Amino acid sequence: MSGSKKVQLHLNVNNEDMHVLVESSKTLLEVLREDLTLTGTKHGCELGECGACTVLKDGKPVLSCLLLALECEDAQIETIEGLADKDQLHPLQLAFAQHGGLQCGYCTPGMLMTAKALLENEARPTRAQIREALSGNLCRCTGYQQVIESVEEAAITIEETENSAAGVKS
Amino acid sequence: MMRLPPFRYIAPTSVSEAAKILKEEGPCAMLVAGGTDLLANMKRGQQTPEILISLSNIKSLHDVSNSSGLTLGAGLTLGSLLENDSIRDSHTGLWQAAGVVATPLLRNTATIGGNICLDTRCSYYNQNEDWRKAINNCLKKDGDTCWVATTSKTCRAVSSTDTAPALISLGARVRLVSADAERIVEMKDLYQDDGANYLQRHSNEVLTEVILEPLVGWRSTYWKLRRRGSFDFPILSVAAAVQTDGGGTIEDARIVLGAVSSLPLLSTEATEFLVGKKLDDDVIEETGHIMAKLAKPRGNTDLTPIWRKKMVPSFVNHALRELRGDDVRELRKRIAHQARG
Amino acid sequence: MSHREYSSDTFRIIGKPRVRIDALSKVTGQTLFADDISLPRMLHCKLLRSSLPHALIETVDVSRASAHPGVQLVLTGEDFPVEYGILPVSQDERPLCRDKVRFVGDPVAAVIACDEQTACEALSLIDVSYQPLPTIATVAEALQATEAPLQNYAEEHNIHRRLAYSFGDVDEALAQADHVFEDTFLYEGNTHMAMEQHASVAATDPDGRVTLWSSTQCPHYVHRALAKALEMPAAHIRVIACPNGGGFGGKTDPFNHEIVVTKASMLLGRPVKICLTRQEVFYCHRGRHQVTMKFRTGVNNDGKLTGMHLQTLLDGGAYGSYGIASTFYTTALQPVTYQLPRYSWEACRVFTNKPPSGPKRGHGTPQPRFGQEVQLDKIAEKLQIDPAKLRLGMIAPANSLTCNFLKVGTIGLAECIDRVVSRSGWKDKHKKLPRGRGVGLACGAYMSGAGTAIYWNKMPHSGVQIKLDRSGAVTVYCGATDVGQGSDDVLVSLVTEVLGIETIDVKCVTGDTDLTPVDLGSYSSRVTLMMGNAAIEAAERARDLIASAVAEKLEIAVDHIGFAERLVFDVEDPNRNMTFQQAVICAEEKHGTMATTGSYAPPKSAARFPGGGVGPSPTYSYTAAVAEVEVDEASGVVEVTRIYIAHDIGRSLNPVQVEGQVIGGVYMGVGEALMEESGSRRLPPKLSDALVHDNPSMLEYKTLTMHDMPEVCVDIIENPDPNGPFGAKEVGQGPLLPIMPAIANAIFDAVGVRVDEVPITPVKVLKALEMQAAGHDARVGPKAFPNIEWPQAMFVLPPWEGGDGKASNRPERKRAAKMHTMDKVKGASEQT
Ligand SMILES: Cc1cc2nc3c(=O)[nH]c(=O)nc-3n(C[C@H](O)[C@H](O)[C@H](O)COP(=O)(O)OP(=O)(O)OC[C@H]3O[C@@H](n4cnc5c(N)ncnc54)[C@H](O)[C@@H]3O)c2cc1C
Ligand code: SF4
Ligand code: FES
Ligand code: FES
Repeated sequence: MSGSKKVQLHLNVNNEDMHVLVESSKTLLEVLREDLTLTGTKHGCELGECGACTVLKDGKPVLSCLLLALECEDAQIETIEGLADKDQLHPLQLAFAQHGGLQCGYCTPGMLMTAKALLENEARPTRAQIREALSGNLCRCTGYQQVIESVEEAAITIEETENSAAGVKS
Repeated sequence: MMRLPPFRYIAPTSVSEAAKILKEEGPCAMLVAGGTDLLANMKRGQQTPEILISLSNIKSLHDVSNSSGLTLGAGLTLGSLLENDSIRDSHTGLWQAAGVVATPLLRNTATIGGNICLDTRCSYYNQNEDWRKAINNCLKKDGDTCWVATTSKTCRAVSSTDTAPALISLGARVRLVSADAERIVEMKDLYQDDGANYLQRHSNEVLTEVILEPLVGWRSTYWKLRRRGSFDFPILSVAAAVQTDGGGTIEDARIVLGAVSSLPLLSTEATEFLVGKKLDDDVIEETGHIMAKLAKPRGNTDLTPIWRKKMVPSFVNHALRELRGDDVRELRKRIAHQARG
Repeated sequence: MSHREYSSDTFRIIGKPRVRIDALSKVTGQTLFADDISLPRMLHCKLLRSSLPHALIETVDVSRASAHPGVQLVLTGEDFPVEYGILPVSQDERPLCRDKVRFVGDPVAAVIACDEQTACEALSLIDVSYQPLPTIATVAEALQATEAPLQNYAEEHNIHRRLAYSFGDVDEALAQADHVFEDTFLYEGNTHMAMEQHASVAATDPDGRVTLWSSTQCPHYVHRALAKALEMPAAHIRVIACPNGGGFGGKTDPFNHEIVVTKASMLLGRPVKICLTRQEVFYCHRGRHQVTMKFRTGVNNDGKLTGMHLQTLLDGGAYGSYGIASTFYTTALQPVTYQLPRYSWEACRVFTNKPPSGPKRGHGTPQPRFGQEVQLDKIAEKLQIDPAKLRLGMIAPANSLTCNFLKVGTIGLAECIDRVVSRSGWKDKHKKLPRGRGVGLACGAYMSGAGTAIYWNKMPHSGVQIKLDRSGAVTVYCGATDVGQGSDDVLVSLVTEVLGIETIDVKCVTGDTDLTPVDLGSYSSRVTLMMGNAAIEAAERARDLIASAVAEKLEIAVDHIGFAERLVFDVEDPNRNMTFQQAVICAEEKHGTMATTGSYAPPKSAARFPGGGVGPSPTYSYTAAVAEVEVDEASGVVEVTRIYIAHDIGRSLNPVQVEGQVIGGVYMGVGEALMEESGSRRLPPKLSDALVHDNPSMLEYKTLTMHDMPEVCVDIIENPDPNGPFGAKEVGQGPLLPIMPAIANAIFDAVGVRVDEVPITPVKVLKALEMQAAGHDARVGPKAFPNIEWPQAMFVLPPWEGGDGKASNRPERKRAAKMHTMDKVKGASEQT
């Protein structure tokens, strides 16, 4: 049986504090999927070559397959399971569903997490910015076009919601 | 799932502590920064450290200072380097090179130190363990033949770092710290022509920072050749920096080729040729030929070595024309699949 | 019968852009793919794969591995005495190799252990001794005599199968033509590279029944293979196809690992899981065959084709897989796109020591489509006819037979061509853009479902059951599998439409051999059409049951009963109504417990000659595309700037999905045109016998990233086909077909060079440009088609020459077909 020593790890995943005993050789991907049963995060290569395993670490999209779990001590991790706010879907989730942003859905969690980070930095990204931000997420089904459109639609929705919220306040 | 073999993990909080562990544990210990190179290699059994010394808890390695010149902590991620607008303006070539490394996701963990020390690459080496077993391994690891150059006694794996050529063109130096000593090395002297033993760095040294002198009158650029607009390692790159006087006459120049040899190639001939001249079409053309002579691509990357060699003059051309002030944005996007910059 | 009126005006669900039914579970990460399944006491399996390309296995010593702590079981070829394979004519695979390995990656042993890492460790403790055999790396080598053929059932040397057919006297047709064009092309092999790596989990119950969850496109075929390979009644095996993270044909064969984990789980009484690494996925492969092809085409000055002779040579890799079908498909669909008065073809598949090729999106068709469309471009150039006009002049009439007795239904090709021509501004661009920029046009046609099953049988190709009860809930069951194409959505939307309810009211259970009626699987673009027709039948039967009960209760004539908006009502007076749930209660009162079924089998083919089973389809989709490119002459780098595409889909069931499928097809086409290629690498023979996969990783196997994908302008042509569900035809594969040739033709328009090879890499383009600059023939491509001894062609007279679809003697030539050839061809027809 594999011999790595187990180490206590503390993470905050989707706003929940988690304490897990993990082998030091485990990647964040393995800990999420296998120890925390957060199987929404996918994998297509485990070598950094596809983007399916993208999660947010302290707000930044990173590849969980090339990140040692132990390097995430005390980090804030966001996965696809935490994208919706309870029963309120994130505008990106709705937009992907409505505009054909997914087909088989396998690349989708990674795409969504990357897109979330993008929209948090850039409220209304240009197409070029979307392409650049998502250029590390491969998809074999969609041909990307509807993914790009979905991100654009979500950006509009978010902006409109914020504007109307601001309107209510003022 | 490709998994990591077992190893011991240590995360020191200071450089001296890290250097001490390196010294004590010897070659079975390796430093890990972002891990985007090393961890993938470990999953494929290319590198087999028993101990990983993580640099991520060493705060000082993340510092950037641009008081006089520019000092970059080795642990700075390429993603944060790209967010630094002053680097974009003052060290354009470096900024461009960092911006075309791998993918945006990888750049969020990949560090500049790791990029400088990036293992050399070869299509006979960057494969799973069982694949390498099927070719009976090779010189670089566990074997005795170099499949790329079967008569060669040295490994010809390719220097594939994007930032190193750019840094060399900018005259960068690096600080190497061991438990007993500390030294500063010119980036151009950091590499050696042996794919298996490609760094002048001693295995007990930590690369702590990259030092760039203030650049007055310098302009720089980086052109990368690759198949796709993302993911791909360079199969040729040109980093060019020129210092001109007010009238456009070149006072100093450094042109570096990446990914066509086991080390980045700085051409002294090009420098000598360019100094005192202006970047007119003929000068640019001639520089292209000078650089092409230097390139030694081999059949261990994507596409063919002959084609890659043919691309050298035109890439040098694009780079120098850009430095001259030509608008090459469309070309950059189309040929180099490079949107940024 | 209840009141029925299906048209675009009355559809409530069909044709409306709609969120697909599985979308929300996918965007929230809730969809469980095979590798997401985890069961109590589950063990993990890894396969030891051959490191030699061709060798006899002498001994396999597993003692050290078995003793490794954490290891529960080690299996070898000895544990699997029975062979299997997807086609009845090529039962040449074993779950683990027993006597021989045939490519680097062929599985030899399996370890089942407490976790994956432990299983990996144990693999290195298995000692296999091999006796190496000579290796075959290329089709040229495979055609030569050898002492050690890969497969003992090869026809000769390493030739898997040769086929020859002649539909009319083609020599005569070519002799009489004003021009004969002869062109040779090469289409390199490539692979699916679905994002999800294949995974399977098997669990055994104490009664001895076993369940396999797997990422498969064809649970039914896996079911059959398991029963055979494990020598077990199929009734005791349950196969559940999980949602596939992409398939594209890569998950249509039953795979070694599926059988191994099933057996292991039965032996251990515990669940066993396997998930392949990406490299192993490249080894499983069954991707696009490399095809060398030669076209001899007769054309008259007016641009009308007189006849065509096509030869194809396929690199099959190490096993049969779908190979015989693939071989037929490199020829069979050629006459569907354009009218072809006479047609003869010869096709040959060979074995090489490489991962086996099989079906990938378009199965065997993209390769000859590339050849013919590029050749047509050359013909148009030579005859000074506009390429669009040339093609418009060659379109067959709707509802006609082709020379090889395929019955085509509606044909929207002319409209597709017109649409892309006008939208792209073709007339102002073709031959008119500055050097370096160009446009190219190409077309294609594809089956909406293979007309014959993989194994000969007279049963339905797709079955659907519907269960409804007093809760108002409707559950629909079908063996079809959602591989991302959205078949679950099609199923639910059709039932929803017929019953006048909402999609949320319909639950769907698919791809489960215990629960769902058989559907043959997600391949050959068959699901929408076949499952769809079965679903409509089942739903209409349910609707009739309900209608009869409601008619009785409300005293309305049954043919006045309508269904919409969750109401069942009098179409004359919609206020006389009841809710759908009340209506179902009425029906349950009247009829007792309710369930209905629907089934679909394709119409009988007009082809009655042996081998005529490959090609027939209930209907065909048509596509036209214009590619716009820019070529950098210094490097040969091609940028595809835009693709205009029009696809004749019959009826678009969900426009969002249809557009997505079209763009997805374009994406894969651009990738295949420019970069996708699965190669092999042989080391210097003096020093090494190694023959390995050239690029078994996602980094080395190049696919388009978001930066590389051109903008796509999509037009959907709707021209309902009576054979399709509400008129729908396929969209999953057809849109890929014209992309590769359209790009090749655009490159010619831009810089005047021909790359008669796919992928069109910058290296090849630059080479052609250099030849052009030196004043040579600016063409890169194969020089010649290899010499192959062909069997006597089976002769079939085209319909318009009095043929009846049966093989006959060649008129006045009277050469009798050799008996042994006929037998073999007959064998082929059985499996197709
Ligand atoms: C799919 C993919 C694509 C890629 N594409 C590119 C590309 O296009 N261009 C490119 O340049 N790279 C590319 N990379 C490689 C890699 O991501 C980058 O080079 C990255 O910058 C490496 O940094 P890191 O911090 O992750 O290095 P690590 O993996 O942590 O380390 C790399 C090496 O450097 C050593 N090292 C790290 N830090 C130090 C230090 N401070 N002192 C001494 N030694 C140190 C490590 O021991 C190790 O040997 C790619 C990687 C992947 C997986
Ligand atoms: S260059 Fe030669 S020795 Fe070096 S990694 Fe490649 S094959 Fe091995
Ligand atoms: S799994 Fe492919 S990048 Fe992480
Ligand atoms: S939706 Fe299937 S891979 Fe992206």
